[in-house]
Amino acid sequence: MQGGLFLDYVDPWINWTWLGSHVAVFSDAFLQHITLTLIAIGVGLVISLPMGIVAHRWRALRNPVLTLFGIFYTIPSIALFAILIPYTGLSTLTAEIGLVGYAVLILTRNVVVGLDAVPKDILDAADGMGYRSVARLLRVELPLALPAIFAGIRIATVTTIGLVTITAVIGLGGLGQLILQGLVENFHTPLLVATILSIALALVADLVLAGTQRLALPWSRSA
Amino acid sequence: MSVLGQVVQWFADPSHWAGPDGIPTRLVEHVQLSAESVLIGAVIALPVGIALGHFGRFGNLAMNVSNVGRAVPSFALLVLAFQVFGLGDLPIIISLTALAIPPMVTNSYVAMREVDPDVKDAARGMGYRELAQVLRVELPLAVPLVMAGIRTSAVQVVATATLAALIAGGGFGRYIIDGLDQQDYTKLVAGAILVALLALATELSLAWAERLLVPRGIRLMTRPLPRQATTFKAA
Repeated sequence: MQGGLFLDYVDPWINWTWLGSHVAVFSDAFLQHITLTLIAIGVGLVISLPMGIVAHRWRALRNPVLTLFGIFYTIPSIALFAILIPYTGLSTLTAEIGLVGYAVLILTRNVVVGLDAVPKDILDAADGMGYRSVARLLRVELPLALPAIFAGIRIATVTTIGLVTITAVIGLGGLGQLILQGLVENFHTPLLVATILSIALALVADLVLAGTQRLALPWSRSA
Repeated sequence: MSVLGQVVQWFADPSHWAGPDGIPTRLVEHVQLSAESVLIGAVIALPVGIALGHFGRFGNLAMNVSNVGRAVPSFALLVLAFQVFGLGDLPIIISLTALAIPPMVTNSYVAMREVDPDVKDAARGMGYRELAQVLRVELPLAVPLVMAGIRTSAVQVVATATLAALIAGGGFGRYIIDGLDQQDYTKLVAGAILVALLALATELSLAWAERLLVPRGIRLMTRPLPRQATTFKAA
């Protein structure tokens, strides 16, 4: 037994004392995680709504745009970050270029799919009622495409929350930092707690968005 | 010199094409880890997805498995597996397999659900038994979406295998992680290009395999807008 004290030490999966004294570390990482995700989804929406509308309107653009996006989507995020580092450094910008990029790909596809799915009869009826094209888009087509767009927002949000952890490799990461710390220091507590928080964040965000959709778009239940 | 010029030089250097840290060795490691994980994943996921889709049971489960798969960060999964199983290929293959399963379950479920019920009735009327009906009528019709699921999984596994370098795995990720550690941006970018090319090659070669596997008869029936696989990005 003697001398075995150090070797016998087994790192518990959660060291509650350490956790209790490091709550601030977790809340900072959690906030950074949420901030990185919100920027990605917000900027992603601002870019992909007009882009999706354009790709829907001009048929010739549609398939080239979606194919190009599909190719970009296969590029692993860590490779994208790595390629950007010589130009934008280890910065939030590097992370957001990747995160926004992937969000845009998911969102644009869903905007196009949502707009494509609006029935022809409804468009004819709107035309017959005298809607001009912009009013028809804003007041008829977009509301009917919103359920599909919302589905895209949900997928993009959950995906982004997962991808943010990878930005730990370029010095950001939100909760990913703590996962990396757990790896580097062979320390289970930050690893496990950050993983659970990240999964919880993704699932809660998905539920909140689903709830918002039910409340804000009652017509999506039948769609 | 520009980063790009240095990267071109890095690729031209013959020493980067030989030895244990050479491109061929890293390529074989990367492909082997990915292929093993996708295969094991397919053996587990496809029968489950196909059975659930055929019987139309547990649809929520089959759909939500992808949602949960998206929520679990692949990076955390790798590190956790490393803490439990230690060094070696085992933790990498276990976590990559876990990652490969959800898109394949969801897509094969959807693929089987989308088989026209009239076709199933006709098969039954012609005297097909359950298993023969699944294998000879429903599966051929479901192949495009099933293959799309395999493709999605494979591309994600190839991408995530890069992160295996963080837990001392091989593959192209080594160049990225070592490049970051050594602040060798040339190696970093070269590794990134190799990984991106491999992911693209995986996507394209599986798309081509899909063409070969889809029975000629139903290629004509393909809707003008072929249904895409569930969007899934893990790394």
